[in-house]
Amino acid sequence: MAAKRSIMDHVLVPKARILSDDEVSALLEKYHVQKENLPKILEGDPVVKELGAKKGDVIEFERNSPIAGKTLYYRVVV
Amino acid sequence: MVTRKTIGEIRFGVLSPEMIRKMSTVEVVVPETYDDDGFPVDGGLMDPHMGVADPGLRCKTCGQKMSKCPGHFGRIELVRPVVHSEYARYIEYFLNAFCPKCGRPLVSDEALKEIVAESDPKKRLKMLAKKGATVKKCPHCGAEHVAVRLDKPTNFFEGDRRIWPTEIRERLEKIPDADLERLGFDPKNFRPEWLVLTVLPVPPVTVRPSIILETGERAEDDLTHKLADIVRINQRLKENIDAGAPQLIIEDLWDLLQYHVTTYFNNETPGAPPARHRSGRILKTIIQRLKGKEGRFRYNLSGKRVNFAGRSVITPDPLLEIDEVGVPEVMANLITIPMHVTEWNLDEAKKYVASKEYPRALYVIRPDGTRKRVTDVNREELLEELAPGYVIERQVIDGDVVLFNRQPSLHRMSMMALRARILPGKTLRIHPAICPPYNADFDGDEMNIHFLQTKEAQVEARELMITKKHIISPRYGGPIIAPTKDIITAMFLLTLPWTRLRRDEAMDLLYFAGVYEVPQADEDGYVSGRDVFSTILPEDMNMKFPSKLGKFLVSTGLAGPGKKSVVYPYTVIENGKLVAGVIDKAAIGGNGKLIDYITRRYGEDAAADFIAKVTRMAYWIVRRFGFTVSYESLKTPEEIERKIDEITDAAIKKVQEYLEQYEKGQLEPIPGRDLRESLEIYIMITLSQAAKDVENLLKRYLLETKLTPQGVLDNFAQIFSGARGSFANIRNLMGIQGQAAVREKRPYRGFYQRVISHFKRGDLGPFAHGFARSNLRDGLSMDEMFFWGMGGRMGEVDKGVSTQITGYYYRRLSNAMMDLLVFPDGTVREVTRDSIVQFVYGDDGIDPQALRHGDVPVDVIADEVLGGKQ
Repeated sequence: MAAKRSIMDHVLVPKARILSDDEVSALLEKYHVQKENLPKILEGDPVVKELGAKKGDVIEFERNSPIAGKTLYYRVVV
Repeated sequence: MVTRKTIGEIRFGVLSPEMIRKMSTVEVVVPETYDDDGFPVDGGLMDPHMGVADPGLRCKTCGQKMSKCPGHFGRIELVRPVVHSEYARYIEYFLNAFCPKCGRPLVSDEALKEIVAESDPKKRLKMLAKKGATVKKCPHCGAEHVAVRLDKPTNFFEGDRRIWPTEIRERLEKIPDADLERLGFDPKNFRPEWLVLTVLPVPPVTVRPSIILETGERAEDDLTHKLADIVRINQRLKENIDAGAPQLIIEDLWDLLQYHVTTYFNNETPGAPPARHRSGRILKTIIQRLKGKEGRFRYNLSGKRVNFAGRSVITPDPLLEIDEVGVPEVMANLITIPMHVTEWNLDEAKKYVASKEYPRALYVIRPDGTRKRVTDVNREELLEELAPGYVIERQVIDGDVVLFNRQPSLHRMSMMALRARILPGKTLRIHPAICPPYNADFDGDEMNIHFLQTKEAQVEARELMITKKHIISPRYGGPIIAPTKDIITAMFLLTLPWTRLRRDEAMDLLYFAGVYEVPQADEDGYVSGRDVFSTILPEDMNMKFPSKLGKFLVSTGLAGPGKKSVVYPYTVIENGKLVAGVIDKAAIGGNGKLIDYITRRYGEDAAADFIAKVTRMAYWIVRRFGFTVSYESLKTPEEIERKIDEITDAAIKKVQEYLEQYEKGQLEPIPGRDLRESLEIYIMITLSQAAKDVENLLKRYLLETKLTPQGVLDNFAQIFSGARGSFANIRNLMGIQGQAAVREKRPYRGFYQRVISHFKRGDLGPFAHGFARSNLRDGLSMDEMFFWGMGGRMGEVDKGVSTQITGYYYRRLSNAMMDLLVFPDGTVREVTRDSIVQFVYGDDGIDPQALRHGDVPVDVIADEVLGGKQ
């Protein structure tokens, strides 16, 4: 059997990382929003599980966009 | 100030008999409504305790008049309980889920826990009932249990024994609150025995007002009729019981009462014959009032209606500007626009009030809000008192901003702002170039017009919604407002290299179009069509692009590198002069290069002016030159006929060869297909290639012969310029009709082993399956026409189905996205909650209207930087 693979290695899964507290407050400051106004992602999502993110964490996704190259998207774990 | 409140929770439940009695102001015991003197009967269905529907009378409960009294419920005490028909299914569940003796669930506590643990609260009762129906003995008290069956709509049987609502109610009453809670019910808001009605609420009179006919007669509402039925039977049942009537009679009346209550709730209950009015009309009862497209929800609550709007048939008017709409005089006379009187417009306002005809004021509103209709009697008086602070309501005049809309409103250009132009006639008129965004034509289309009432709305519409700002579609970043049809044909005819106009004709045309200079005429006194056209081009413009005609010429080999063609395949504009090529669809049609460039480089106003001038020129030209369709021009010379036959014969022969190979099993199968499928594909390819060949033959022939200074273009000008029609149409007319297809395949459905009886069974040949070698000019044979009809019918059906399906997809998308907004910081948010949906609009933050087909229009920017030099 091959070594255990991570779903993050798949080409279609966007790169993701958990934002630090400072980064989160900077993000909320930038958009003048509360955490609950950010797009959500379920705690049970495979990517969330893989990252070990907990409820309330904000995850930064680096997506490939056909028109804009790389774009950043933020989702809060609920 | 807007006060925002958050809804904490919504609780749904079933009304308890106590609650119904508490709500009720009066018990209804008499089925009559009004007595002989026209007064409402006490204890009747129109008892004034339930509110009043006549102006002037006072409600006996709250003492208010009609306008203030909200209406109050009454009640009917049912002598015998009846089942609530809409809940019959749930009553069945309850009866099967719980023991009739002890009221406990028919499964052990452990089994119940299991059901509760693993199931959705909505499904628990159903699951328990399913289990309970099979239980023979109650696990709690040991009583016997027989499954209860619901005989629709409202009868219950235990085995063969009918159980009446009284017994059902007794059983349901026994169910303990604790067990209900376990199943997810809230016993405070819901008890199962409440599903069996002992008392019926009577809605207020305001819910079921009676109408007074012209004859002075009263016509009662359907609900009142139905309630009268209930009261009547209820009283009869009571009398019979009191008189000690036989059980059978009582049961009959009981069933009748049940029927009336059932149809009172839902007159479309399956299994119950619909209750009818004396006239035979089916009554509209509670559920019918609420349900469906014409029900309270979709018709009255989701549907909104407006004032200051009009609707009429639309007709084209080439003399309008593209931001104008022709408003019929009748509309302008009727509809008003408020005008706030200030010290600066006082004189103008006085003019409207003083006037006795058309642009006049219909109403004057004083600062205290009192409205006065301007009449011949009080005109002088009002004129005298008119002062700043007053508002007058004047008739619509030229230049008022209106919204113009055509359904289905599929995108934002379906509702654009236009300037009103009051014109005679009864139709709304628009410039033909604004048809494409509305998807309008003039075969009887009607459109809606809204007259904007406030200055804010007018300014907002003028700045954001005016047609000029929508020449470029945001959907694909190209012109959507552009000349169509005859306008393109006319410009094509004008700009052909050999088109000349006499100097006086050119002057007439240009004056008509709104151009006040004439290009230089030659020695003979003629002006070339191109020079005439060039007068409306900006002076510093330089462009070169392939024309529609050019593409046709190149594709037939009549033009191309190193070839000399009658018309240069590129449209070339140098310093504002059309020097080569023609103006056709590629230049001024939808998505046209010229319209696109002018709009972006010289602005919307220039583009609007350009389109208007092109249209007026075209109007003049079409009237001057004319163009027509003739049978004569569809005739083809012997030689072409022979070539068409050759192509067709060769294809048929080739198909015959395939068929022979197939019979012998020698056919080379296509990978992934069996022999039969391969044969079908070979045949289709062969026949469609033949059709293409014929099409190209005709295309070349027509371009060669018609597109000359001597050639008679007739309606071919439409095809050459891309205005309308295609070479495929021409092939059908002059060449061969070709293969009829149903679902992209040859027609196969019909009789046994053949589609129609004109062929032998098992014939796989071209003609037996829809290949037509005739054309429309010479006429199709009957079998050819039949096959053609098969394909045509499929097309029509698909069209209807796909518009319905896409319409519904669209509705769902627009409803889901209607309150998303792009905020000033470039984020897309849900307006009501401020929640972010996209951090940068469209991932790049770019308005697609500013792009050209999704790309940056580099040429426009370069020209701006370099000052138009290429």
